[in-house]
Amino acid sequence: MRNIKNNWLVQVIGFVLVLIMTGLTAQGLSRIMPPYYLQIGFFIGINVIMALGLNLIAGATGQLSLGHSAFMSIGAYASAIATVTLHLPFPVGILLGGLAACLFGIVIGFPTLRLSGDYLAIATLGFAEIVRVIFTNMQITGGAIGFLGIKNLTTFPVIMILTVAMIAVMMWLENSRNGRAMLAVREDEIAAESVGVNITWYKIQAFAIGSFCAGVGGALFAHTTTFIQPTDFGFMKSIEFLNMVVLGGLGSIPGTIIGSVVLTTAPEFLRFMANYRMLVYGLLLIIMMIFRPHGLLGGFNFRQAISRALFLGRRIRQGAKV
Amino acid sequence: MLRLENIDVSYGRIRALQSVSLQVKEGEIVALIGANGAGKSTTLRTISGLLKPANKEGRIVFNRKHIFGSPPNSSRTASLKPHTIVQLGVSQVPEGRRVFPKMSVHENLLMGAHSRKEKPLQEDYERVFHHFPRLKERRKQLAGTLSGGEQQMLAIGRSLMSQPKLLLLDEPSMGLAPLLVEEIFHIIEDINSSGTTIMLVEQNAHLALEISDRAYVLETGRIVLEGSSQELAKNPEVRRAYLGD
Repeated sequence: MRNIKNNWLVQVIGFVLVLIMTGLTAQGLSRIMPPYYLQIGFFIGINVIMALGLNLIAGATGQLSLGHSAFMSIGAYASAIATVTLHLPFPVGILLGGLAACLFGIVIGFPTLRLSGDYLAIATLGFAEIVRVIFTNMQITGGAIGFLGIKNLTTFPVIMILTVAMIAVMMWLENSRNGRAMLAVREDEIAAESVGVNITWYKIQAFAIGSFCAGVGGALFAHTTTFIQPTDFGFMKSIEFLNMVVLGGLGSIPGTIIGSVVLTTAPEFLRFMANYRMLVYGLLLIIMMIFRPHGLLGGFNFRQAISRALFLGRRIRQGAKV
Repeated sequence: MLRLENIDVSYGRIRALQSVSLQVKEGEIVALIGANGAGKSTTLRTISGLLKPANKEGRIVFNRKHIFGSPPNSSRTASLKPHTIVQLGVSQVPEGRRVFPKMSVHENLLMGAHSRKEKPLQEDYERVFHHFPRLKERRKQLAGTLSGGEQQMLAIGRSLMSQPKLLLLDEPSMGLAPLLVEEIFHIIEDINSSGTTIMLVEQNAHLALEISDRAYVLETGRIVLEGSSQELAKNPEVRRAYLGD
């Protein structure tokens, strides 16, 4: 018993230390990096958080959601209202953004639970359109003109700390009882049910956590660009996040991170091609899917690879030939 | 231990079961035999809660607890969800094995213990490995890369991890080589003699009647015959229809 408790404490302390170090490193980087690259860094962080949320919904429980940008917009508007209209501090705004999106995730999760695959995708697509139209017509959100006057409160350390925290939580979740149950739901719903997994509960849970991430991402986005409008969160945005997850490898956390980094930076690095930029971007996606249909890191087991590498190292030290 | 009373089940407008009543006593192996589409799997899936009976008068009782239907002096109708039924001690090995292909053997077994909430003990693994030594060798292998027979073993092992009182087996012989089928049926007998009650759905009537104590014969959603397996194996009608005489 004591051993477990110690372990747990060690994990929490390690987690906090990593966060502090991330914050300090990011603080240092933000001083020396050119603003343009720093801006890309901001969006990498936001996109990693967004994509990790979608990875939980689409990758872990296998629910194809095309409404991820809607949850992002809910988080963005909720946090903007919190900090601008209600004068609440920024951390509260982030939390409210996440919770608002989470709430809608649960609300949309329930009726669509009976759907799966293509049908769920279309239902979430419809939901995203409804959200967009509502935001376009609401007074408090500034309607079609957009929400003006959001303060630029997002700093590089804040983004990086939240990103690292999100990655850690996702990795911990993946190996927990809950995470395994979610994977079981994706693998085979009937088998999952027959071993006593409450599939409704885990699907809702994935939707709730995934949309919470999207809400946090939206809050960070709103306070980075300082101006948001409903068209920022259209259908293409949802597809972009899905691209990141699928490109990296559906269900793989390292894959999702790499997918988000590659797809966030690619359009920037392709700027020298001017008008052909998006053409090449699209071509890259097609080539990727032909040569790595399961994503960059799909089917690649990190833990196994690491343990194999360690095992090999030990054998080499013991004098074995490779 | 388990009692079904007048259970009707339909898929949409198609009636799959018609007032099915049956009983399983503690320690028994009960077989359910019948042709394709007779309603054997439907019966098992109704017991484990994956399907719901269509009639309110029907009743499924497990260890004096209502899985479905209302107790005699009460108007409250129970209709337990599959995960609650597993917690009561009824575990189903679904038809066609259905292991989690991208999880390792070990993770599959861990999933089997999901309903117990606490972490499974070494003893639980040992119990499974005692019945299926081959799974121990393949602990770290992905379940999808196992052979058909090994997958069937894993599916049964996974169910055992929930420490079931009643194990429901849906076509354990499906798609397996004859020698393997015999091996699996021996193991089923072993599991039964170590104290788990078993209800078995099987196309292979010959084997099913051999290892079971009692059996029910289903025909187009109705139970047409029941009795001790020895008697049924001698019954001329059964012999002609299911044993190929």
